[in-house]
Amino acid sequence: MAYDYEKSIRPGKLPHIWCPGCGHGIVMKGLIRAMDSCGLEKNNTALVSGIGCASRLPGYVDMCTLHTAHGRAAAFATGVKMAKPEMTVICLGGDGDGTAIGGNHFIHACRRNIDMTYVIMNNFIYGMTGGQFSPCTPTGMKASTTPYGNPDPTFDISKLAIGAGATFVARTTAFHATQIDKLIAEGIKHKGMAVIEVLDDCPTTYGRRNKFRSVVDMMKKLKENAVPVQAASKMTAEQLQGKFLTGVLYKEDKPEYIEQYAKVIAKAQGQAS
Amino acid sequence: MTQALKKEIKKYKVLTGNGAAAYAARLCRPDVVSLYPITPQSEVIEQLENFHANGTLEAEMIRVEGENSAQNAVCAAAMAGARVFTATSSYGLVFMYDAMFQTAGYRAPVVMVNVNREPPGIHAVCSGQQDMIATRDTGWIQLIAESGQEIFDLVIQAYRLAEDEAVQLPVMVNYDGYYLSFLAESIELPEQSEVDRYLAPLKEQPPRPTLVPGSSLGCGAHGLGMGFVELRRKHMAAMARSRQTFEEIDAAFGEEFGRSYGGQIEEYRTEDAEIVLLTSGSAVGTARTVVDAKRAEGVKVGLIKLRMFRPFPIERLSAALQGRKAIGVLDRSLCFGWDCGPIYMEVKALLADIGKVPLLNFIDGLANMDITKPNIERMVNDLQSAAQGEPFNPVAWVTMGE
Ligand SMILES: Cc1ncc(C[n+]2csc(CCOP(=O)(O)OP(=O)(O)O)c2C)c(N)n1
Ligand code: SF4
Ligand SMILES: [Mg+2]
Repeated sequence: MAYDYEKSIRPGKLPHIWCPGCGHGIVMKGLIRAMDSCGLEKNNTALVSGIGCASRLPGYVDMCTLHTAHGRAAAFATGVKMAKPEMTVICLGGDGDGTAIGGNHFIHACRRNIDMTYVIMNNFIYGMTGGQFSPCTPTGMKASTTPYGNPDPTFDISKLAIGAGATFVARTTAFHATQIDKLIAEGIKHKGMAVIEVLDDCPTTYGRRNKFRSVVDMMKKLKENAVPVQAASKMTAEQLQGKFLTGVLYKEDKPEYIEQYAKVIAKAQGQAS
Repeated sequence: MTQALKKEIKKYKVLTGNGAAAYAARLCRPDVVSLYPITPQSEVIEQLENFHANGTLEAEMIRVEGENSAQNAVCAAAMAGARVFTATSSYGLVFMYDAMFQTAGYRAPVVMVNVNREPPGIHAVCSGQQDMIATRDTGWIQLIAESGQEIFDLVIQAYRLAEDEAVQLPVMVNYDGYYLSFLAESIELPEQSEVDRYLAPLKEQPPRPTLVPGSSLGCGAHGLGMGFVELRRKHMAAMARSRQTFEEIDAAFGEEFGRSYGGQIEEYRTEDAEIVLLTSGSAVGTARTVVDAKRAEGVKVGLIKLRMFRPFPIERLSAALQGRKAIGVLDRSLCFGWDCGPIYMEVKALLADIGKVPLLNFIDGLANMDITKPNIERMVNDLQSAAQGEPFNPVAWVTMGE
């Protein structure tokens, strides 16, 4: 029997705003399956996003949701988690939202290792505003603001997250639909900051400018260039040229922020009495 | 087609409001440009990036990850002596808030376009003037355009104003998102040499203090105690002077380009008007049409267009509003805590000069709610009845049917 997504969708919220072929819908389905497999309850789960096409995701899902300002998802999510540590907090957003205007909040959430899951949909572009380059637009590729190719170097979101201190970092793509839910579920179960980067496609503002003939073309590219971490160890640097790694890239057990904070509170109260 | 006609046609180009802003900015030859995209401004950054890429804009483009960086970057570049340009809207403008104080406090002559859109709180990708209002006390000069041509002309005028030796303040040119940003109109484009000539007087001024190698200059210095007070006093005096400067550069613009707009305010059919309506931005066009229709019916109604919001045109407005039987103010944003619109609140502060008169506030046009002709007719009717001594509702939310 086909999986019933509708039970998790807010009544009356469809159709969604996404263009045909946009990868964000695939991520939404993966998220729904992941939350289901983890047994998350709608009254005990908060989905937090910023602004962008990716950030529209929480609006469709029947959970507690916060649609905040551009770039501020991680800050809002931190507030929710500190006030209600028993809630499962999941941040959702785009590459622009999370690493450009919201980059500061993102790295500090990673640094604190606060117990939440950040699913970042990296379609290499500011989709919502019409395809301006983002910090994740590959060098040389075209955007509405770089009509002759982007001169800027690019962020590797997963490396950024690892470097900043996140303790669970994984990467997959919109093509690898079944891996999306597995990684998100693992991230939810992980105690600490989990970042799941989903390489995604925006046919409307990125594909069309960069000579991808179709959505299938974009998906093929994601499929062909993905190398599972296990396989990568057996490959030469030359073979890895132009590829990216998928799967769990980093995992570490480290003290979690809310717990550390609780210890400080207990200590302070102990001293006061 | 005759050569003369061809030349005449070449002068015109169909541009959106955003396009007009970008073309005007390019003609002013900025040295440094920095912007971050946001609806409904994005076309401005895209157009300027295109100009830059195809070599027709010889500026340094500083590519940033958010508006706060854009404002800081152009502020610093202006301090170093560059002519700068930036543009934003709504969330972007309020994300610049601290940097805007800084730019004004440094007296950096930044020119910025703000495409009016409702600010955060209730997600509305819609027009509204609340963003501009929210930044009114940052010490910037704030201007408002009514049409595509006026956007074009005001951006050019803004450089004369910002960089004038007597002023040296940042200038924000506002225009309504959606209504003006995306509306395509025929714009008269001057030659580069004409714009150069118009801006040339700025070169004759004594050079302003800038960051140059070999001379030490402290920016962002601590103005403790009296130092602070003195700098603030000077800032306020410069603001006050800018009213007259704006009148002068608008007149000079008229001499160069054949168009001028009345300086701080424009009065339309106010000579013998018993009632007047005050408004700004794109709503002025609709109001003009209604005023004409009402005049044809014999109603003595006039219109005042607010072009300069900061500094507020205290004297010009007091004079224009004196002796009326009723005054209406159409606001497209709110003044929380005063239970009315912000422009209404400011006009209220002029009552001591104007004298006692029924003063009516109409709140309309929030979040892209169209300010229609019937809406404005209704405002004129309310003003007529108040002028005849009938009781009136001082603050009416028009779209709520109040
Ligand atoms: C302060 C502020 N600046 C700019 C914007 C305009 N804006 C909205 S979404 C967006 C980019 C979104 O890109 P991304 O996060 O990658 O999401 P996508 O649309 O690609 O899914 C921008 C620049 C805004 N909403 N707020
Ligand atoms: S613009 Fe791009 S990111 Fe946005 S919905 Fe369309 S395809 Fe998706
Ligand atoms: Mg994106």
